[in-house]
Amino acid sequence: MSRDILKAQASLEAVADQVLQFAKAQGASAAEAALSEESGLSVNVRLGDVETIEFNKDKGLGITVYFGQRKGTASTADFSSGGLEDAVRAACSIATFTAEDPYAGLADAERMATEIPDLDLYYPWDISPETAIELATECEDAARGYDERISNSEGASLSSHEGTRVYANSHGFMGSYSTTRHSMSCSVIVEDDNGMQRDYWYSVARDRHDLEAATAVGEKTAARTLQRLGGRRIDTCKVPVLFSADVAGSLVSHMISGIRGGSLYRKSSFLLDKLGEQIFPEFVHIHERPHMKKVLGSAPYDSEGVATYARDLVRDGVLQGYVLDSYSARKLKMESTGNSGGVHNVLIEPGELDQQALLREMGTGLLVTELLGMGVNIVTGDYSRGAAGFWVENGVIAYPVDEITIAGNLADMFMQLQAVGNDIDHRGNIKCGSLLIDAMTIAGT
Amino acid sequence: MNMTMDTSIDSVAQQLLAPSGLDMSNLEQVLGSIMTHDVDYADLYFQASRFESWTLEDGIVTDGVHSVERGVGARAVSGEKSGFAYSDEIALPSLQAAATAARAIARQGQDKSVKAWSRSAGHSLYLPTDPLGSLGDKAKIELLEMLDREARKLDPRVKEVIASLAGGYDSILLAATDGTHAADVRPLVRLNVSVIVEQDGRREQGSAGGGCRQDYQYFIDEERGLGYAKEAVRQALVNLEAQSAPAGTMQVVLGAGWPGILLHEAIGHGLEGDFNRKGTSAFSGRVGERVASDLCTVVDDGTLAHRRGSLNVDDEGVPSENTVLIEKGVLKGYMQDKLNARLMGVASTGNGRRESYAHLPMPRMTNTYMLPGQHASEEIIASVKNGLYAVNFGGGQVDITSGKFVFSASEAYMIEDGKITYPVKGATLIGNGPDVLQRVTMVGDDLSLDPGVGTCGKEGQSVPVGVGQPTLLIDGLTVGGTDV
Repeated sequence: MSRDILKAQASLEAVADQVLQFAKAQGASAAEAALSEESGLSVNVRLGDVETIEFNKDKGLGITVYFGQRKGTASTADFSSGGLEDAVRAACSIATFTAEDPYAGLADAERMATEIPDLDLYYPWDISPETAIELATECEDAARGYDERISNSEGASLSSHEGTRVYANSHGFMGSYSTTRHSMSCSVIVEDDNGMQRDYWYSVARDRHDLEAATAVGEKTAARTLQRLGGRRIDTCKVPVLFSADVAGSLVSHMISGIRGGSLYRKSSFLLDKLGEQIFPEFVHIHERPHMKKVLGSAPYDSEGVATYARDLVRDGVLQGYVLDSYSARKLKMESTGNSGGVHNVLIEPGELDQQALLREMGTGLLVTELLGMGVNIVTGDYSRGAAGFWVENGVIAYPVDEITIAGNLADMFMQLQAVGNDIDHRGNIKCGSLLIDAMTIAGT
Repeated sequence: MNMTMDTSIDSVAQQLLAPSGLDMSNLEQVLGSIMTHDVDYADLYFQASRFESWTLEDGIVTDGVHSVERGVGARAVSGEKSGFAYSDEIALPSLQAAATAARAIARQGQDKSVKAWSRSAGHSLYLPTDPLGSLGDKAKIELLEMLDREARKLDPRVKEVIASLAGGYDSILLAATDGTHAADVRPLVRLNVSVIVEQDGRREQGSAGGGCRQDYQYFIDEERGLGYAKEAVRQALVNLEAQSAPAGTMQVVLGAGWPGILLHEAIGHGLEGDFNRKGTSAFSGRVGERVASDLCTVVDDGTLAHRRGSLNVDDEGVPSENTVLIEKGVLKGYMQDKLNARLMGVASTGNGRRESYAHLPMPRMTNTYMLPGQHASEEIIASVKNGLYAVNFGGGQVDITSGKFVFSASEAYMIEDGKITYPVKGATLIGNGPDVLQRVTMVGDDLSLDPGVGTCGKEGQSVPVGVGQPTLLIDGLTVGGTDV
């Protein structure tokens, strides 16, 4: 770890300390502060020329104070003494008006992370705008040169960001770590008599050496976009649906929404009271792995300082645990699962088959590669979204399909899961292969 | 309105610049330093904003949040290129550093001058008052508690109530090399109530709210807040009775008001200047062509008093306009910011917007709506043999290149033999932008605008917007239910 970063961490920790002391002086019985500092560069190149160069530099403080069971929160980017004191005072003022909430408070002291593992998340890239432009240009050139039917481009982007986060609370917890995130993306357009189609691809990593090559990102973008030419609608029907790996993770994220503490104590989840029950077929296993080295979703502790830990969310299709912060845990008379701020690396255990084999397994049905809109009701599990993809006949892609919807109910869809692919998409916080679902309603012509 | 724009520029300049000892001559000097490079245009955007929100859950207000934001963005434009940097410190050294970073987009070149300041005479669509202080904190909490009590009193099946009140107060100041010198002070308030109801083990939700560029009194006047609570409960109870929605292409009647999200997704984004300059929109190069039935006239109007999407001046200092997008079915023009207007050889339409000083401006909608037609809504419904009547929606999304768009109904009914028969579950509707308005066969006389709840996302930036329409009949739209 470089000296600059240690210095940045130390200076943010000093601010956190100052804020907590000031909260105490204001009479707060407990307090917590989260600080962050981020900087980076993004460039976009379009049709071979630079379109934008953006330099990012952000910082922020969030402070929560407790006066007994009353709570107030404030945030600011002004780190001067006056700015920090104003923020603390604003939070304290709010806490004189909010109601006594028996469940309010810091996470329990004994749950604080005591050893903070180095998760290898910091790989700075001292990249100049010129180099960034060169790489983005190489990426877009690869896409545009791939096929003459590529008629236009939304460009290629390269971005590199690094940041430091500090969390401290009046239990005496003080943690800080630094992370980097580099990404490259591309989007191009193809055109035929029926109009234009657009698609994209991206690569993202903690370490720039783990990014896909610029030309690979460009070529993949071009290939994906070309496949969409000649898209047509299909008749309304009920058929099996294969969600490709890059969109399948959204189904798992709906499951996470359904087992999140807030959805449960508000009794507004289609997965209410399902702990210990079968929600998927027996072959499904889902894990949370917060300490994976060098991975984007990793975190040593959650946003309340609670140590994160590896666990099973689903084993043999049975729900093993909820996703709780300390507040929702108290409301549910349970324990925090270290998920304040969300989940950290959710993995669906891969099956035996790749996407080609899954298509053969499906026989005739729909391969979905794009989802549109947010027609998902977590209270009831009702699911209805716009989609695009490919019609599959006898295990072989027949033609591209668009302007259709797919609908069902998440609880049924989960139980009707037929197979999990081994083609895991590692880019997101949810790492999932293609998912084959027995039957859904397709609305078309 | 009792304040002229000139006074407002001076008072905003006082608020944003004076604490750092900056004045207009410093801004001219910083802009001048950008113009030593080969750039066509540069601007500095100063912003100071305060925001608060209060949330009630389980009958008590458990959390309140107060936040402040302050900073300056420097942008340099050269041809189609933009260089951009920003700082959360408003001070000369950070301003100079941001300007130096932004001008790196262009080579050092002929020194161009900064035009003499010309103050933009913006509209006075809302008062420059701070909504956060318009109601005491105790009264804000009592308002939320009252809504909770009343919502529960309406029906014993109401099991959960979440109510939130939020207010923002945003001051912006703009100085640009084209001589633009403008300011705006933008209040924005929002109240939302959502409920969960339960009957025989079945749970459903309902949600309603509103907002505008006024203060919190708006929610007390005409018992609007209470109206949201009643509306949320009504919707949730309707959903308790909802049966499976149909799947397939059918006649669809869209209610007046918020269903205007159709226009926002189906055509609005596709008519934003950036996509059309680049030729990436399904509407590119189609000005003068028929893109809707002749019953359809659609405008984007940032000049409506107090509306959530309205602006006195946009984020490039251009007064907002009432822009005709489609007139009697014919595409008239696009929504423009300065950069895209210049490159397309037209004038900005006052649609240059940005989420904050830390974001680049781009063409965005304000309040987008369709003008009223001739038919009573009852007549429209009565004309449908078998179709869907959709009156409330969640969000939507569009792929501007293919033109495919979706929007998701949260309250809908079947129409059979011209009569509304039973409620159906929410379903996503999907269509093709350049095609859908050509299928509009009846337009109601009941134009209404949404209650002030819209937020639009584009390239990661969120801005408040409005939508509206009269009741519409679309002769063939795909409904994404489960019943085949």
